Amino acid sequence: MPLEAEQVKLLRKMKEKHPMPEQDHAERIKNFNEVPFGYDAETAVKEAMRCLQCKDPACVEGCPVEVDIPAFIKLIQEERFAEGIKKLKEKNNLPAVCGRVCPQESQCESFCLRGKKGQPVAIGRLERFLADYELAKGVETPAGPDRTGRRVAIVGSGPAGLTAAGDLARMGHEVVLFEAFHSTGGVLRYGIPEFRLPKEKILQREVDYIAGLGVDFRKNVVIGKTITVDELFDEEGFDAVFIGTGAGLPQFLGIPGENLNGVYSANEFLTRVNLMKAYLFPEWDTPIKLAKKVAVVGAGNVAMDSARTALRLGAEEVHIVYRRSDKEMPARAEEIEHAKEEGVIFNLLTNPIEIISDENGWVKGMECMKMELGEPDDSGRARPVPIKGSEFIFDVGTVVIAIGNSPNPLIPQTTSGLELGRKGTIKADDNGATSRRGVYAGGDIVTGAATVILAMGAGKTAARAIDRYLKSL
Amino acid sequence: MFKIVTKRVLSAVNKLMEIEAPLVARKARPGQFIILRVRENGERIPLTVADSSKERGTITIIFQEIGKTTKELGSLQEGDYLSDFVGPLGRPMELPSSGRVVAVGGGVGIAPIYPKVKAFYDAGLEVISIIGARTADLLILEDEMRAVSSELHICTDDGTKGHHGFVSDLLQPLLDDTSKKIDEIIAVGPLPMMRVVAEQTRPYGVKTLVSLNPIMVDGTGMCGCCRVTVGGETKFSCVDGPVFDAHQVDFAELTRRSRTYLDKEKIALEKFEHECRCGGEK
Repeated sequence: MPLEAEQVKLLRKMKEKHPMPEQDHAERIKNFNEVPFGYDAETAVKEAMRCLQCKDPACVEGCPVEVDIPAFIKLIQEERFAEGIKKLKEKNNLPAVCGRVCPQESQCESFCLRGKKGQPVAIGRLERFLADYELAKGVETPAGPDRTGRRVAIVGSGPAGLTAAGDLARMGHEVVLFEAFHSTGGVLRYGIPEFRLPKEKILQREVDYIAGLGVDFRKNVVIGKTITVDELFDEEGFDAVFIGTGAGLPQFLGIPGENLNGVYSANEFLTRVNLMKAYLFPEWDTPIKLAKKVAVVGAGNVAMDSARTALRLGAEEVHIVYRRSDKEMPARAEEIEHAKEEGVIFNLLTNPIEIISDENGWVKGMECMKMELGEPDDSGRARPVPIKGSEFIFDVGTVVIAIGNSPNPLIPQTTSGLELGRKGTIKADDNGATSRRGVYAGGDIVTGAATVILAMGAGKTAARAIDRYLKSL
Repeated sequence: MFKIVTKRVLSAVNKLMEIEAPLVARKARPGQFIILRVRENGERIPLTVADSSKERGTITIIFQEIGKTTKELGSLQEGDYLSDFVGPLGRPMELPSSGRVVAVGGGVGIAPIYPKVKAFYDAGLEVISIIGARTADLLILEDEMRAVSSELHICTDDGTKGHHGFVSDLLQPLLDDTSKKIDEIIAVGPLPMMRVVAEQTRPYGVKTLVSLNPIMVDGTGMCGCCRVTVGGETKFSCVDGPVFDAHQVDFAELTRRSRTYLDKEKIALEKFEHECRCGGEK
């Protein structure tokens, strides 16, 4: 039912976002179900009314995939949801994913005029609403364009690869996407937990949509091992290659005891649970071992995901151990908030120096030092300095190391003519073009570990550049 | 899906399967491994490539039925399909250009040693092979090994075939024979065997290689589950190995890490066997 003019006026003055209902925290730590439920249609329309439809919308600048935000919000205001999702999908092939995992607070919403006095429009929640609306109703695949006869290989089915693949298919190119795992989605599949991004209900359906656009998925193929990039050109007849292999090489602390039983990289911990579904053991075969007390080292999104996963696996006490203060924590505010609500304990200005073994080689504790903040370092953040004599032993049985990932070296090692950056990244220009003709790259393999939406933006930009390149052939 | 084109029962617990995987077969070289999943909710297990045929487009794997996944794999028949099969993973083994090599294979370790011996033999090297098993019935690939070895020595723990004793007993005289220099020793088998061989050859200063098979998940370097200390440094067996200098490997750590999930493995196996007995779904 359309809103009264008077009601609209009030909504336009509303300073805060409409809250999104979510599972109660005491209940949700016992399951892997998604935490927020999403807006219903009524709330979505009301929230959309908070958008002022700026003539010169700043929010769009904050969107790496260039979604026409005011246009899709206007369609929600008018309750034209089917047209709204179409508008959104003109630019974004993965709206249900983005509506859930994008850090909108530092992207589109940070530019929203409403944010100057109060909270910005809940752009992310509205995006999610439209995407879920369409998933519930049945997804429409746009008609295929004329085929160009050009062939593009995409390496890696994470956010960068999926975006580039979808866009290139819509431009009429033949697209084959290679994935090393038995399942598609990259970090969306193995990294982000079920309770933030449901795999079958959401991710798989967006992947199916990309397949529907004409992308041919080849799983269980490790580019660099099964087939090299050189062979993609020379033997498989591809005209261009996009590399979106992400940052999949886990970093460790380099302290004694890191190879004890009970120490996981966050990648291993999350892969076992998310991709291999260890939380359903023994119905699913892959196991995981967790002590009652768990320490997660690091304070990024991956650390929050690991800590919240540990709680759901039944850990009694889960600690975040971070060497700087709360201001420097790289995780999204929302993730930190959720972790705190769920009972994760934050140990800030604390740095591990050794993991201690019991008599059988299992973790029985972690020796840490208290830190204080000194002068800013190269990253511009205050440098943590150990406080002398502050060593203490943390009584934990499982340690998850979540201090970041480096690019996987498999492709750089096996591809000729690729110029590399620092820390094993592939060098690419603003359009994703690498030093080798016809080879493009984007996402974490170029930038080092960053966010899903930045990777998607890079995939989109590269797709456009690849299209231009193919037309020039 | 990956078709099982051949299945052979090698012993009471060892089975051979030839799997249709043309992309993997085109690339596989001695020393490399594959990762497979039997079905949708299965775990990923690494197995060494025992043989490969570009022409047939197949990879041969040999496995010992120890846990749930290997027993389930063994229950499949020719014509059945595996849900996933990926490779070749790991670094291929480097071949010495000339000389005399001793290859030691124990138990199911004879399977991964075979393609290496074959590669040595094809390269014109002199290969002395030593193979051993707990008992004669468990000794696999005897004929195949004989065909590619200059000499083949056999032993069993219980004396039912060949020398009554361990592979190390047969290796000792070769180490002591100063008239015939050994350029390289490669040993593959259960961890205790590889550890014994490493300690045995260390005082002689003979280059000794082992092929490790630690617990893995992805096999492409992204999880770090298979980390192993080699020469004081942490290496990922899946991308830095699986073949390493035996004298540098921390076997105590590796043995400990390989036991991480023993209790869970038991639960999975008991569940599987119970379901089999009850005629439930496999």
